[in-house]
Amino acid sequence: MSQKKELLKINNLKQYFPIKGGILGRTVNNVKAVDDVSFTIYEGETVSVVGESGCGKSTTGRAILRLDDPTDGTIEFDGMDLLSLNKKEMRKMRKDLQIIFQDPYASLNPRMTVRQTLNEAMEIQNAVPRNERNDRIAELMETVGLQPHQADRFPHEFSGGQRQRIGIARALSVDPKLIVCDEAVSALDVSIQAQVLNLLKKFQDEWNLTYLFIAHDLGVVRHISDRIIVMYLGKIVEIGDTKSIFENPQHPYTKALLSAIPVPDPEKKTERIFLQGDVPSPIDPPSGCRFHTRCPFATDKCAEEVPELRNEDYMTDGHAAACHYIKAIESGEHQPTKETSKVRDV
Amino acid sequence: MSDEKILEVKDLRTSFFIEGNEIKAVDGVTFDVPKGKTLGIVGESGSGKSISALSILQLIDSPGEIVGGEINFKGQNLLDYSEAQMRKVRGNQISMIFQEPMTSLNPVYTIGQQIREALKIHRGLDKKDGTEKSVELLELVGIPSPRKRVTQYPFELSGGMRQRVMIAMALACNPELLIADEPTTALDVTIQAQILELIKELQEEMGMSVVMITHDLGVVAETCDYVAVMYCGKVVEYADVKTLFKNPRHPYTVGLLNSLPRSDVDQEELIPIKGTVPAPHEMPDGCRFAPRCPFATDLCHSELPSLDDVGEGEQVRCWIYTDEWDGDPEVKVYEPEKRTSED
Repeated sequence: MSQKKELLKINNLKQYFPIKGGILGRTVNNVKAVDDVSFTIYEGETVSVVGESGCGKSTTGRAILRLDDPTDGTIEFDGMDLLSLNKKEMRKMRKDLQIIFQDPYASLNPRMTVRQTLNEAMEIQNAVPRNERNDRIAELMETVGLQPHQADRFPHEFSGGQRQRIGIARALSVDPKLIVCDEAVSALDVSIQAQVLNLLKKFQDEWNLTYLFIAHDLGVVRHISDRIIVMYLGKIVEIGDTKSIFENPQHPYTKALLSAIPVPDPEKKTERIFLQGDVPSPIDPPSGCRFHTRCPFATDKCAEEVPELRNEDYMTDGHAAACHYIKAIESGEHQPTKETSKVRDV
Repeated sequence: MSDEKILEVKDLRTSFFIEGNEIKAVDGVTFDVPKGKTLGIVGESGSGKSISALSILQLIDSPGEIVGGEINFKGQNLLDYSEAQMRKVRGNQISMIFQEPMTSLNPVYTIGQQIREALKIHRGLDKKDGTEKSVELLELVGIPSPRKRVTQYPFELSGGMRQRVMIAMALACNPELLIADEPTTALDVTIQAQILELIKELQEEMGMSVVMITHDLGVVAETCDYVAVMYCGKVVEYADVKTLFKNPRHPYTVGLLNSLPRSDVDQEELIPIKGTVPAPHEMPDGCRFAPRCPFATDLCHSELPSLDDVGEGEQVRCWIYTDEWDGDPEVKVYEPEKRTSED
């Protein structure tokens, strides 16, 4: 990975959803789902965006494919400014940019056979000549672990795991460069989830695919990602390679999030940081650092100044966290201002 | 295992009768819950774990029916109870919380009205005392400004708060047994941590026993004392939690642990279980897991093994651990790297 090619570059992305109100239906406020987010994805890597409900991770994924048009910012894909494209050009672009959704039940047309679904994708993108399509469909079905003759079945004849494989086959049918996986394995049972994750990894190795993985399951994320972006209330709070994020998390939110995961080992002692309360509303997010209302280390400064993503000298390259106090917390100089942590006994 | 048992389920069978077919959702389930302890029932979709829990409280609606077995609660078989007697048990001695707090709370009644209902039916409290007790309960489950909350409706609360309200309702009458059906599955991980901790604290305070139904092995490891692993309507393994994770015996349990992506350690690769769960009307004749099992022999495909004792308080439903085993003798020894499926 010495000669890394920038495949997707997002700068200052903002996605506000207006709230209409009053008898005139004027915009009275905005839901700031994504608020000034920038990151780059290199070719052939898997980047995961993690965070809790409402942090803006899915909105970010949708904005990249322009399923919702962003309010502000730039999205550059393979050197092309996506936001300058018109509808028709964007549709062509989606040959290289595919998405796999969470719910395999809702994302396949129930009245179309798998063959029709796959055919439609190839037809729209003009990806495969018509006379080769049936061969391509048979090949795709086998690639994702289904029988070629099953292509003439309807979605309801498949199980959830199989349907998710069809979703993957559809994404692969047009030879994309980047696939956005929006909670692509969340609805699956763990034994099936492992099958699908292994499949995604295999395709990446074979075809140098790039994935943007949107997930809330941090076990899945650790397993599949090269780099991780942690979001909270529409902002990136931490970004770094997988090892740094899991073994040396810097932002208090990342630490709390990681400590909250139940570990499948009853004999492991874990220190858990309990966060107070719920995620605040993205309509009226807290001032300064958006995490300050729940942060165990928060001071008055946190309520006033928005922290920038920063890399301190003891952190690895490319690892950055948006917190005023990461260095002081690391050295033990800045202590928690609230009592929140607790060691679980076994 | 000399502890007193609060609940003993024996050979429970719950079937659904659809278009003349009998679908055996729960097919001879046996487990028990020691007093004051937490039993985890773990399994994937369609394993029958939720139906088992609903059967305990006889919340099975037509076309479903409990067709056999015993549910002994403190020595009394609940299946002998009349509906009127069951109504005195539900929400009083045994309470249940569900996965989706929004659909299990009534949207047109306030939080206070809903908690008061149980108190009125089981404790005969009037409105004033009921409200006082409701406020107390909301405080117990960590809801800020409880006096304001009792007058609010479910939609005014967040997901985590609603689940706390559900727990408050379940605890209203100091139940001896709490059944929690995927109580944190719909919640974010930081909120899940709060709710699991709350259930644990309340259990210690009130000496309650808990049945925790979940698909998440992390939740099992953190909250349970004993675990029953279910597959296709049957318990395939029962053990205390430490033994289950350290020395899993059933190939299905091993397969589950091998397919789990973990957040606490680096893994080279996941080892999935091959194939999929059989459809309910296409259950194999022998061991239900045989078509997916890497060790299955002819015996496994033709005959169903029984749930047998294999050690101190451990039970497993697998031919490998019997004298009849005719496959590779080495698979009895737990070595995860050997227990891989071939694809």
